[in-house]
Amino acid sequence: MAKLPPLAQYALRLGDDALILGQRLSEWCGHAPALEIDLSLANIALDLVGQATHFLGLAGEIEAKGRDADALAFKRDVLDFSNCLLVEQPNGDFARTIARQFLFSHFQELQFGALTGSTDPRLAAIAAKAVKEVAYHARLASDWVARLGDGTDESRARMIAGLDWMWRFVDELFVLDAIETKLASQGIAVDKPALRAAWDARIDGVLAEATLSRPAPHRPVLGGREGHHSEHLGHLLSEMQFLQRAYPGATW
Amino acid sequence: MYTTDLSGKDKKKSEPTPLKQEDPKLLAAFEARVANDEFIEPKDWMPEAYRRTLVRQISQHAHSEIVGMLPEGNWITRAPSLRRKAILLAKVQDEGGHGLYLYAAAETLGTSRAEMIEALHSGKAKYSTIFNYPTLTWADIGAIGWLVDGAAIMNQVPLQRTSFGPYARAMVRVCKEESFHQRQGYEIMMALAGGSREQKRMAQDALARWWWPSLMMFGPPDDKSPNTEQSIRWRIKRETNDELRQKFVDVSVPQAEAIGLSIPDKKLKWNEARGHYDYGEIDWEEFYAVVRGEGSVAKERMQARVKAWEDGAWVRDAALVHAAKRTAAKIAAE
Amino acid sequence: MNNDWPLWEVFIRGKGGLSHRHAGSLHAADPAMALDHARDAYTRRMEGVSLWVVPSAQIVASDPAQAGPLFEPAEDKIYRHPTFYTIPDNVKHL
Repeated sequence: MAKLPPLAQYALRLGDDALILGQRLSEWCGHAPALEIDLSLANIALDLVGQATHFLGLAGEIEAKGRDADALAFKRDVLDFSNCLLVEQPNGDFARTIARQFLFSHFQELQFGALTGSTDPRLAAIAAKAVKEVAYHARLASDWVARLGDGTDESRARMIAGLDWMWRFVDELFVLDAIETKLASQGIAVDKPALRAAWDARIDGVLAEATLSRPAPHRPVLGGREGHHSEHLGHLLSEMQFLQRAYPGATW
Repeated sequence: MYTTDLSGKDKKKSEPTPLKQEDPKLLAAFEARVANDEFIEPKDWMPEAYRRTLVRQISQHAHSEIVGMLPEGNWITRAPSLRRKAILLAKVQDEGGHGLYLYAAAETLGTSRAEMIEALHSGKAKYSTIFNYPTLTWADIGAIGWLVDGAAIMNQVPLQRTSFGPYARAMVRVCKEESFHQRQGYEIMMALAGGSREQKRMAQDALARWWWPSLMMFGPPDDKSPNTEQSIRWRIKRETNDELRQKFVDVSVPQAEAIGLSIPDKKLKWNEARGHYDYGEIDWEEFYAVVRGEGSVAKERMQARVKAWEDGAWVRDAALVHAAKRTAAKIAAE
Repeated sequence: MNNDWPLWEVFIRGKGGLSHRHAGSLHAADPAMALDHARDAYTRRMEGVSLWVVPSAQIVASDPAQAGPLFEPAEDKIYRHPTFYTIPDNVKHL
């Protein structure tokens, strides 16, 4: 794939994060621990698919080569996906899913809060809508971290294991590469390292409430933004993109 | 969606319904209220047979919603566009919501959700036969929305005026929410029927597989449906199985024609004298086999439900334990 | 343990100025969860701007068998209604 203009690349990253996590959450539909939880997870997934549609649409618009959100979602391979590694992690049990959501939604809420002040009005507009959605996700996930952390012995052990699984992908959320550094200096992109302290405080607050402590530090696992993913993404894409790949050119 | 009258001739172990002797005065007053189109509320006096029939019908309806999430859920992760993905996810989520409303309506009669779910998992409770057919291609999602939801809507609209208040109110909400379900399904079929040769084949194949099971959704023929008369008197049911089935055939035929798909019934023919379509014989042997649990994917469906329930047990338990801890801490602090 | 979470009743304010109306029920283990579930189950289509959740066990209901003594005595107090009084048509603002 030809290199995208920096702004398109940035919108693509935002869109890919939402798309891949939305796809993961939609796998729960019909299988959640309680009917009510099924509805909650589907609502979160729907918000994320909506965000993906906006951001990918914008990426295609900026690229101006005729690719719309669907073309970007369904016709790229692993190397051209730029989501962070956290969101592509498999659902695991409910605790692992909640751990992923908890860590990511707090990040997303801070990120979109900052992005509402972007000098690019299109990004700011999408962020203004999305920040309300993810604020709900973050709170819902936090409540569940507290319930599971301070619930039964089993739920506690599972919550600890879930956080432990996801923790190695946290640092990647806050990395600012050359592309984003430049955009951030223009007031377009979010200065993500600047969000870290606030994120830490939020996470620590909830973990305290859950009577849990932070997982042991782990060497950061990076690469998602450059297309170097975990083994999981390829399988996710092969499922998600099946129809578009099997019937090229068809409209649905 | 989805109540199917599963009664009928297959009842080897059929409950002889040993009706307890009801107080004739109360019974007469009850029948008069129902005949007068009044609503019965949970705490009102009601005959035992009415309560039992309602719990069976409403919980069966709720189970159908929940099991019904599975065949369509099978395609959420493979939906061919972001728009289709969002629509399908929202639709399947709606089915979950409808299950929730219906379980709640049945719970007002004194049966807990856990009890009803146990009955489903043990095979004691039934659900609509339609969900024991597999969704093979994307076109199945179209066919389900168009035909299965279409049949369900026809079954359900009259239930908004059913005699039991909580059930009627749940159905009002269900019907309102379901109004987009059939349209999205037909839209999928339209896109496929007007698409490539392969897409058209998919659409036609899906129609061929879902047509007859959809007709079966209205339940056994009237002469084999012993509950019909009493259920109609109690306004638990408002039209007979055959009446509704005919209505469904009559509206569906032109819909298929409009997008150039053919209904797999050689005997299908407009009958000028009746003002209805005549249609071929339904394979009731298949229907009763599916009711018995011999649908081709019945085992997969139940396995998925039981797994979700068992895998979720620790989550449900943890939330209760956490809530108890919080309450205790709050009391201690006061 | 296979206990259901407790049952809650959900009330929704459709828009500002209206009172909350009963919408349905759901299961939740605690009050915060009940609110989340109410939001996710009952306001998916912009049904409201405010939610109440009440443990179902806390609702005190009148007894249907007492409907006669409770509600019928009001039936003949027709003088409580403005239409009970006959006022000439040419008299205004009454």
